[in-house]
Amino acid sequence: MEKTMNLTIRVWRQKNRLDVGKFAEYKLADISEDSSFLEMLDILSEQLVADGHEPVAFDHDCREGICGMCSMTINGIPHGPESGTTACQLHMRHFHDGQTITIEPWRAKPFPVIKDLVVDRTPLDKIIQSGGFITARAGSAVDANAMPIAKGIADYAMDAAACIGCGACVAACPNASAMLFTSAKVAHMNSLPQGKAEKDRRTLAMVTTMDGEGFGGCTNIGECEAACPKSIPLDMIAHLNRDYATAQFKNFFKPVA
Amino acid sequence: MNLDSKIPEGPLAQKWTSHKFNMKLVNPANRRKYNVIVVGSGLAGGAAAASLAEQGYNVSCFCYQDSPRRAHSIAAQGGINASKNYQNDGDSVHRLFYDTVKGGDYRAREANVYRLAEVSSDIIDQCVANGVPFAREYGGLLANRSFGGAQVSRTFYARGQTGQQLLLGAYSALSKQIGLGKVKMYNRHEMLDVVKVDGHAKGIIVRNMVTGEVTRHAGDAVVVATGGYGNVFFLSTNAQGCNVTAAHRAYRRGAGMANPCYTQIHPTCIPVHGDQQSKLTLMSESLRNDGRVWAPKDQETAKKIREGKLNPNDVAEDDRDYYLERKYPSFGNLAPRDISSRAAKEACDDGRGVATTGLGVFLDFRDAIKRDGQKAIEERYGNLFEMYQCITGDNPYETPMMIFPAVHYTMGGLWVDYNLQSTIPGMFVGGEANFSDHGANRLGASALMQGLADGYFVLPYTVGNYLGEQGVAAAGQVTTDHPAFAEVEADVQSRIQKLMSIGGTESPRSFHKRLGNIMWEKCGMSRTKESLTEAIEEIQALRREFWSNLKVVGDADSLNPELERAGRVADFMEFGEILCRDALMREESCGGHFRAEHQTDDGEAMRDDDKFAFVGVWEYKGDDVPPALHKEPLVYENIKLATRSYK
Ligand SMILES: Cc1cc2nc3c(=O)[nH]c(=O)nc-3n(C[C@H](O)[C@H](O)[C@H](O)COP(=O)(O)OP(=O)(O)OC[C@H]3O[C@@H](n4cnc5c(N)ncnc54)[C@H](O)[C@@H]3O)c2cc1C
Ligand code: SF4
Ligand code: FES
Repeated sequence: MEKTMNLTIRVWRQKNRLDVGKFAEYKLADISEDSSFLEMLDILSEQLVADGHEPVAFDHDCREGICGMCSMTINGIPHGPESGTTACQLHMRHFHDGQTITIEPWRAKPFPVIKDLVVDRTPLDKIIQSGGFITARAGSAVDANAMPIAKGIADYAMDAAACIGCGACVAACPNASAMLFTSAKVAHMNSLPQGKAEKDRRTLAMVTTMDGEGFGGCTNIGECEAACPKSIPLDMIAHLNRDYATAQFKNFFKPVA
Repeated sequence: MNLDSKIPEGPLAQKWTSHKFNMKLVNPANRRKYNVIVVGSGLAGGAAAASLAEQGYNVSCFCYQDSPRRAHSIAAQGGINASKNYQNDGDSVHRLFYDTVKGGDYRAREANVYRLAEVSSDIIDQCVANGVPFAREYGGLLANRSFGGAQVSRTFYARGQTGQQLLLGAYSALSKQIGLGKVKMYNRHEMLDVVKVDGHAKGIIVRNMVTGEVTRHAGDAVVVATGGYGNVFFLSTNAQGCNVTAAHRAYRRGAGMANPCYTQIHPTCIPVHGDQQSKLTLMSESLRNDGRVWAPKDQETAKKIREGKLNPNDVAEDDRDYYLERKYPSFGNLAPRDISSRAAKEACDDGRGVATTGLGVFLDFRDAIKRDGQKAIEERYGNLFEMYQCITGDNPYETPMMIFPAVHYTMGGLWVDYNLQSTIPGMFVGGEANFSDHGANRLGASALMQGLADGYFVLPYTVGNYLGEQGVAAAGQVTTDHPAFAEVEADVQSRIQKLMSIGGTESPRSFHKRLGNIMWEKCGMSRTKESLTEAIEEIQALRREFWSNLKVVGDADSLNPELERAGRVADFMEFGEILCRDALMREESCGGHFRAEHQTDDGEAMRDDDKFAFVGVWEYKGDDVPPALHKEPLVYENIKLATRSYK
């Protein structure tokens, strides 16, 4: 038999960017432990709609833990209590009957709330736009096997590239730093031979944009790593710091165009 | 409706090369005078937008997510095909071409498929140059694996996240162009209609999903790359926002809709758990390389397993039916998707299904773990096993996985010619949104290939050719002041108002579920004349109910997910009927379309090449009038039609 539970949901309601917002409390009955967290929110939505209220707005799309769209802080932890798991992959079996669950949007200055749990994360895109790419015009590439890449390097690049751009690291950080996110992209591209040509330029540009978008500095607290649903390690930040120092050093002597 | 496929003259292998040579070019200095609209930022749209901008055109790109990086291409797990023959196992452009036409059950256009196979190698080169971290061997060369329906190892992959890495590659190229100001990106914007001027697509109407503002955008050409329509079935492996709106609205403005009944049901998804479920999760098909699919031989055993009285591990070898290995000895567990899915359904229909619902079969790794060790299996599929455990709570290293087929991919879509141009001149369609390359069934790892082929290597040429033909004097001439924009915008506004003002009692989600239920039960894995006729009537009735009893809370001028869903469900309601009509028209079984009336004695699909070797294209004729059917005959000059056999 499938087990069910009754819950109290304490969730942030905010009409728009300008509204101050507040918590609202709702009761939910008979939630299956096999339901996902977002399915639980769907049920809450249907209940609110039935009563003529607006449902809680939240971002979500793939519901497979890969698109990075879902973004909510559950009982104080971005993406909730299960480590290495996005909110959409969290299942109700990790909660218990009678529990009160508090749900908030990402709280970080660079991510203003748009509505309820939905925030604006475009500053993360801007960081990528400033340098998170390897220039390769379509049609200009050489044969893919022309340049062998040691498995270790390819694996490391893949570990870094697993970031889903959700922004939980920023939400978890008391300084709202985007270092884990930025370093993951830098480490991915800088470690590959194809990415070497633009390495210094990329690193400097992305760090500058990150600072310009209002993200805070990294003070090695490590909350980001704990919250990251893809378990991106703090080592990536060390990688970025190294590459940044080198790039700045070189830049000191020869300005990068 | 003019269905001239514009296939270039000449031998198959030379068509694309000579076609490219014959194209009208636009002088690099003139390219910046043109604006191209690209709707969608998935593999097809993202790659097209980036490449067109690289060439020098001004591009506006739209997506409904909060970032172009989140298009549903991101969710593809297994891999991407290319005829590199890096494994020296006999692959070639011709073999990939042949496999794709055969896999599509001889319902695809030869010339398009050949071009796809031809550019497949360039895609891998391009992606590697872009920094896509494909899996590699210890020697540093790229690794490959074999994938459902293929007997060569031509699939490239990046762990279980191939789609993610390919999309992030296209996204980074796109991001560069956004940073340079060549692409203007519109996130959280939904396309709600196409604007035609003198018969040519010259713009779109979109809704800003944050402010509710409805705006006009003009362009010299419009590229639609908005993905597939699997969510017409409510439950599918698609993302929550995947929709048919852009394609369906284009259909209503004169674009032909081709083969909508060709829908792919993927054999390896996690079974449904209950009626609160919102989506189905795919377990990559690559699992079938090592997992063995079975159902209990008799109903009694199955019943005991369902009731939890018997552990599947305790079922003796003799009491297991490894039905794919039994029925298709040469392909075994790697039989193509349509065939594997139907076989699972057969076992369950026979009362031998497992899972609490009886709608599940096993995918068992016991023998592979015994043979290669748990560590090897972990290395190959670790993240998939984790995902399975996270969703079901079961550990697949200890108890066999349970799987069941689910709607996954849609081969049908807007009709396009060889240039990927729809029946509306100036409107091009790429990726899953078009019907082009997969015929009646898509082989594993071929959609990523097609999306990127369209985006990187086909559209940048063919759109340029169209713009060149229009001439530079025409560039940027149509602006949003043209009366056609006002007219279409008014239509869009009035539709939004209508949805908001019905004042009924039932939510969009509830209607969506009911529609999905009709579609799955009556137009799912197996279809009959009777079930389809019923489905059409039921959908019509449901649609009437929708327009009289829909309840949309909130307002139209702010973020309103209820309104978004209502609009999409409204389009699915119309589109679902066309899909059923197409299925009813097609009196044969082919690929993903199985008509129970048309099968062999041992239950295999029976095509009717004499009567149905054509693309079925539907033309919109009005709201209360059935659509008109047009046919593009499929001519095979290089491949001999044969019965598809995987025995
Ligand atoms: C779970 C899963 C696994 C898969 N695995 C594989 C695999 O291993 N190998 C393989 O080859 N294929 C696989 N596929 C299929 C493949 O991923 C897709 O067919 C392909 O990625 C589709 O790409 P696309 O660019 O056409 O569309 P998408 O990536 O879906 O992009 C659609 C874009 O259009 C936008 N859009 C949609 N509607 C609108 C609108 N109305 N207005 C504005 N924008 C809109 C979206 O925002 C998005 O940017 C898989 C599919 C799924 C669902
Ligand atoms: S580093 Fe982790 S938490 Fe931060 S954006 Fe990437 S996946 Fe999310
Ligand atoms: S909804 Fe895509 S990661 Fe959660």
